[in-house]
Amino acid sequence: MYSAEFEYYRATSVAEAVELMRAHPGAKLLAGGHSLLPQMKLRVSQPAALVDISRAAELSGITLDGEMLRIGATTTHAALAASPVVSEHCAILSEAASLIGDQQVRNRGTIGGSLAHADPAADLPTVIVALGGTLTAASAAGPRDVLAGECFVDLFTTALTEGEVLTRVNVPAYGAGTGGAYAKHRHPASGYAVVGVAAIVTVSDGRCTRARLVVGGAQPNPVSASASEAALEGQPLNEATIAAAAAQVAQALPNPLSDHYASADYRRQLATVLARRALVTAAERAAER
Amino acid sequence: MRQSVTINVNGQRHTQEVEPRLLLAHFLRERLGLTGTNLGCDTSQCGACTVLLDGQAVKSCTVLAVQADGSSVTTIEGLATNGQLHPLQQAFWDNHALQCGFCTPGMIMAATDLLRRHPDPTEAEIRTGLDGNLCRCTGYENIVKAVRSVAEQSS
Repeated sequence: MYSAEFEYYRATSVAEAVELMRAHPGAKLLAGGHSLLPQMKLRVSQPAALVDISRAAELSGITLDGEMLRIGATTTHAALAASPVVSEHCAILSEAASLIGDQQVRNRGTIGGSLAHADPAADLPTVIVALGGTLTAASAAGPRDVLAGECFVDLFTTALTEGEVLTRVNVPAYGAGTGGAYAKHRHPASGYAVVGVAAIVTVSDGRCTRARLVVGGAQPNPVSASASEAALEGQPLNEATIAAAAAQVAQALPNPLSDHYASADYRRQLATVLARRALVTAAERAAER
Repeated sequence: MRQSVTINVNGQRHTQEVEPRLLLAHFLRERLGLTGTNLGCDTSQCGACTVLLDGQAVKSCTVLAVQADGSSVTTIEGLATNGQLHPLQQAFWDNHALQCGFCTPGMIMAATDLLRRHPDPTEAEIRTGLDGNLCRCTGYENIVKAVRSVAEQSS
């Protein structure tokens, strides 16, 4: 299948990408192309121009900067999944990255592409929101940081504006007593999340001091299960407290997506079950650190 | 708009003018006549079009030729050396790991990448490693056996 015609430009730096996006209104950024090109081949998307940022070296790579992990936007899922730094300091991210698509998709798809595309069934938006991450975007007006929790506005819609170039994702490294887990019900054909739940807990002196529980795939954007989080804080993490917290997840999902694969009720039920599993695993991992 | 690309395919440099929307799969099949790379679903699901791009398995129906400019590509035609089948090709033959053969080139290219990353994979790792490649004939049993046998030969 051929996409509609487009002009192709290659940026070798962030500055060049910003300038090309300014010069070509309506252009789309191309990195791995694993969300964009399938859409273009189906002609759901017909941008007049693509700006290829995959060769801008400054956009790729993972560094630990004090307490923060900084991940270049064009870092591939395969690189995230295989990174010793990520699995040491933010293991939920390598866990989620290793569950995306298949090896060939992970070899091309990028963290920035996944976040900017904001597919409700994607894995990384859910995890980055749970981590309390920020997205750094560049434009002619200079760089700015967007909180991940405020970035995913709706289906395939983010707070990033036309012409902005997502350059980096920043997530806090796990502190002492922190553990995380991502539990996903994978669509058997597409590999996308029917529902995916990210849980991150911090335990100190046997009690949970901080809990983050975010559900993806169920609503148009990742949703924080605030009642469940509040129910866990100050409690010891055991089967009973986790089950009680997971039972409140449905409150955060007033209007779940519904399609011929999974009804709204089924997604709500999946979210509850996966929340419990993710919390159990996160609590075990927190106890090991 | 046309763009000049230079792509090293199976050790040979090819410079051509292409439209930006030309897919790597079509570049290989139609421009270079390398029809071993099959197009199955054309939606990055089935893996029949898998080739190595700078050593990594990719679905060439979801890569533009312009994205591969300056890169090295290996297709199924590039695996045999001096008329000798590559160990994976021989193992697919020996283990009856193909029936219609349509998925085979992509399956072998994905297995090449898998063995590069995991020289001694378990059966489960082989199944996960190849889950981007669909086979509608074999039921996968003999494909897994073939990949395992290559790992055993080299360990």
